[in-house]
Amino acid sequence: MTDATAPSLPRKSKSLLAEDDRTKKRNAAEKRFKYYGIAAISVGLVFLVILVATILREGTPAFTRTAVTVDFVLTQEQFDEAESAVLKTAAYTRLFSQFVADQAEEKGVATDLTDEDRAEIAAGLERIMGKIGSDIRVHYRENPDDVGSPVRFNLAAASRVDAYLNNGQSRDGFVSSRFLEEQDLDLIDAMVEIDMIGSDWDRTFFFGSDSGVDNPGGAGIGVAVVGSFFMMIVVLVLSLPISVAASIYLEEFAPKNRFTDLIEVNISNLAAVPSIVFGILGLAVFIQFMHLPQSAPLVGGLVLTLMTLPTIIISTRASLKSVPPSIRDAALGVGASKMQTVFHHVLPLAAPGILTGTIIGLAQALGETAPLLLIGMVGFVARAYPDTFVGGFTEANSVMPAQIYTWASRADPGFYEKAWGGIIILLVFLLTMNIIAIILRRRFERRW
Amino acid sequence: MYDIPTLQGATVDSKEIKFKCRDCQVYYGDNHAIKDVSCDLQDKTVTAFIGPSGCGKSTFLRCLNRMNDTIDVARVTGDFMLDGENIYDKKVDPVQLRAKVGMVFQKPNPFPKSIYDNVAYGPRIHGLAKNKAELDEIVEKALRRGAIWDEVKDRLDSSGTGLSGGQQQRLCIARAVATEPEVLLMDEPCSALDPIATAQVEELIDELRENYSVVIVTHSMQQAARVSQKTAFFHLGNLVEFGDTGQIFTNPSDPRTESYITGRIG
Amino acid sequence: MSQAGERPHIVSSYDRELESIQTHIMKMGGLVEAAITDAAQALVDRDVERAEAVRSADKAIDALEELITEETSKLMALRSPAGVDLRMILSVMRISGNLERIGDYAKNIAKRSIVLADEPDVNESAAALRRMAREVELMLKDALDSYIQRDEELAEVVIARDREVDQMYNAVFREFLTYMMEDPRNITHCMHLHFIAKNYERMGDHVTAIAEQVVYLTSGQRPDNDRPKADMTSEIKLEE
Repeated sequence: MTDATAPSLPRKSKSLLAEDDRTKKRNAAEKRFKYYGIAAISVGLVFLVILVATILREGTPAFTRTAVTVDFVLTQEQFDEAESAVLKTAAYTRLFSQFVADQAEEKGVATDLTDEDRAEIAAGLERIMGKIGSDIRVHYRENPDDVGSPVRFNLAAASRVDAYLNNGQSRDGFVSSRFLEEQDLDLIDAMVEIDMIGSDWDRTFFFGSDSGVDNPGGAGIGVAVVGSFFMMIVVLVLSLPISVAASIYLEEFAPKNRFTDLIEVNISNLAAVPSIVFGILGLAVFIQFMHLPQSAPLVGGLVLTLMTLPTIIISTRASLKSVPPSIRDAALGVGASKMQTVFHHVLPLAAPGILTGTIIGLAQALGETAPLLLIGMVGFVARAYPDTFVGGFTEANSVMPAQIYTWASRADPGFYEKAWGGIIILLVFLLTMNIIAIILRRRFERRW
Repeated sequence: MYDIPTLQGATVDSKEIKFKCRDCQVYYGDNHAIKDVSCDLQDKTVTAFIGPSGCGKSTFLRCLNRMNDTIDVARVTGDFMLDGENIYDKKVDPVQLRAKVGMVFQKPNPFPKSIYDNVAYGPRIHGLAKNKAELDEIVEKALRRGAIWDEVKDRLDSSGTGLSGGQQQRLCIARAVATEPEVLLMDEPCSALDPIATAQVEELIDELRENYSVVIVTHSMQQAARVSQKTAFFHLGNLVEFGDTGQIFTNPSDPRTESYITGRIG
Repeated sequence: MSQAGERPHIVSSYDRELESIQTHIMKMGGLVEAAITDAAQALVDRDVERAEAVRSADKAIDALEELITEETSKLMALRSPAGVDLRMILSVMRISGNLERIGDYAKNIAKRSIVLADEPDVNESAAALRRMAREVELMLKDALDSYIQRDEELAEVVIARDREVDQMYNAVFREFLTYMMEDPRNITHCMHLHFIAKNYERMGDHVTAIAEQVVYLTSGQRPDNDRPKADMTSEIKLEE
C-alpha cells in the first residue's frame, strides 16, 4: 500500500568495528563542543573566583577598625582646666596626648623626652587619632563621676592610620600630608608595640549610620539595612498580591482577545524598561503630585513595586502555565467551579514557581540603586534609626545599594573600603534570599 | 414446549433513555466539528464512541457535561436533554451538571494529594457529607466501586500519584463516582494502561453498568466491542452509524463503518 | 454493501493472508468437484482404478481442510477480524467443513463403486444416479461461483435447486424399494446404490449450506430456515 513495497536496492554492508569518515568527523565535532563548554564554564568560574576574592580582600578590612586603647586618668584639676579653656576640645586633646606620651615613656618606648618632643608627639597623636578631644569631652560630661579614676578609652584611629596598618601600605611610597606625616609612622609603630593601637570589630560599621564626608571611621551601614528592610516590606506586601492576582486573572479567567493580548505585550515590555524611568516616574507621581515624604522607604517601595510587578507576573504566569491541564480537567470534571479549581489545585502546584519568581523579583529590587537616588534615598539623609515602626516607612532613610554608591563617590579613601564592606553585606542578604527561594521550592515542589 | 432463545432477546431496548441528543452542532471557531448529531443514550448501558482521530467523538463526549465551556472558541447548539432537561439551558449551572455527569480522562490525573483527599474532594465541594464519619463512608464506598479499595485501604494517606497507572485510573473512576453521578463519561480511559490494567478497568466498567449510564470514547475497537452494548461510529463530525455493538462489529450497514472496523483504506 | 469488502486493507499482509485462505478454499472446491465427477464416472464405467484414485484424492481434501482451519484460527487470533472480514472467516470455516463432508461422500461412493464393479447392472438405475451426480456437481460449481463473486442471487438459486436433488432421491428411493421387493437377490446391490443416492442427496444439503454461507457473507443475514424440502423418504411406508 505504501512505497515501502518498492524493490529494495542491494545493500553494501559495512563493518561496525571500523569508524567511517563521517562518524569520525561527527565524533570529533562532538568532542570539540564538549571542550568549548568546559572552557566556557572555566572562564566563568575564574571570573567568579576573581570577583569573590577581590570583594573579600577589599571589603573585609571595613569590618575591623584600628583603635587606640588607653586607660586614661583625668584629674579634677585637669577637668576644671579643660572646661575653662577657650577651645575646650583642643584642651582635652592636649591632655590626652600628654597622658599617652607619659604612658609611652613609662613603657620604655621613648626616653628622655624633652618638652619639644612631647609637643611633637602630641601633635602626631592628634593626627593619628583625629578629633579625639570631642569624644573624651562628651564622655566626661555625661559621666562626671569618672573624673579622677581610670577610664578605658577605646577610640577609633584616623582612617589614614587604618590604611597604613591594615592595607600594608609601605613606607617608601608614603607621602606626607597634613593628615599624616612621615614621622607619625614611627609613633604608630611604637604604639603598636605596646598594644596601644590594635584592630577590633567595627561595631559602628555594622550598626551605625552614615557619617560626615571626612569621618569614614564613624560610618555604618546599619541604618541603611533597616531602610532596605522597610522598603522590601512595602515591595513584598504590594507586588506579591497584585501580580499574583493579575497573573491568575490573565491566565485562567481572561478571555483571549486583542485587549488581553495588548496587556500581555505591555507587561513583557514593562519588564524591559530601564529602572531609572521608574525612578523619575516615582519622583513625579509619588513625591511631586501625591506629596509623599521624600527619601522615605514607602516611596522607594512603591517605585520598586512598579518595577518588580512585571517580573513576578511573568514568572507567575509561567508557573501557572506549567501546571498540567489534566489537573484542571480533573477538578472541573468532579464539579469544581473555576475558582475552586484555581485555588484548590492550580495555585498550590504553581506555588514554588511563584515564590521563586517573587524572591528573584525582590532580590532585584533589593539591589536597585538608580531609581532610589532619584527620589532622594541617598546615603547621608539618615543619621539615626527610625523611632517607631510607622516611622520606618515614612522617615527619610537610605538603602544598602544607595549607601554603597554614596560612599564610593566620596573622596576619603576610608570610604572606599566601607563601600566594599557594604557590598559584602548586600551580597550576604541576596545570597540568603536565594537560599530561601531554593528551600521553599524544594519544600513545595510536587510531582504529578 | 421448548423455550427457544433468540438473539434479539439479549438486546431488547426496554431501558429508559438517559440522554436524548437532537441536531447537535459544535463549532470550534470556523471549524464545524460536530454536524447534526442525534442519538439516544440509554440508562444502565455502556455506549462506545468509536471513529478515527479528529472525528469528533471526544468533542461530542465533552459536550455531554459541558467541558467545552472552558474553550473560548467552542460553540454548541442543539438539544442535549438529560432526563428531559436541556443541559445547555441558561438556567443550568455547569458545576451542578458535572456533579451529575462525571468524567474520567484519557491520562490518569489524580490530584497530587492523598488517596483519601482525591476521592473526598468532590463530596466536600458539593457538601455531600455532614461530618467526617459520613465522608469516610462515602470515600470507602467510592473506592470499593472503583475496585481499588483492597489495594489502598491501608495507605489512604499516601499520595495518589504514587500508585501505578492502572490504580491511578481506577482511583480517578472512584473519584468520579464519589459524587454519585448518573452518567459517567470516559475519554479513552485505557489508552495509557497496560493490558492487565485495561482488563481491570474494563471489568470495572461492566460492573458500573448496573448503576450508571456509561459513555466511553475509545480508539480500540476491540475494547468497544468488549465493554459496550451500543456503539456509535463517528466520521468527520458525522454520526455515521449507531446501533447494537454486536451488529456494528459483525454486520455494519454503512460502508464507512465497515471500512473503519475492518481496517480498510477509505 | 460489497464496496467496503473490495477495498484493500491498510495492512497489506492482512490482504495476503485472506487471499491465501481464499485460494485454498477454491483449490479444495476444485478437488471436491473433480472427486464427484470421477466417482460418478467410476461407477458408470466400473472403473476400479479411477475409484481408487478418488479414495486417495480425499486425503488431499482432508489436508486442505486442516490447512484452512489452521490459517483461519491463526487469523482470528492475530487479526481479530470484524465486519465483512469476520463474516468471511466464519463462512470459510463452515464451507471448508461442508466441502470436506462432500469429499467424504464422494470417497464413499467410490468405495461402493469398487464393490459394485463386479455386480450386474440393475435396469437403468445408474442413469438416475448419474443425473443426480451431475445436478449436485453443477450446484456445487454454482455455489462456489457465487462465493467467489459474492453473488447472493446465484446462491439463492442454488438453495432452491436442492429441492430437485431431493425429488430425484425420492424417485430413486421408490425405484430401489420396488426392485428389492421384486427380487430379494437385488437387495445387496440396491442397498449400495441406495446409499450412493443418499450420499448425493446429502451432498446437495451440504452444497445448500455453502450457498447459505454465501448469503450470510454478502448480506450479513442468515437465510430463513424454512427452505423448501422435498426429501419425503423419511415418511414413505413399505406398504405403499
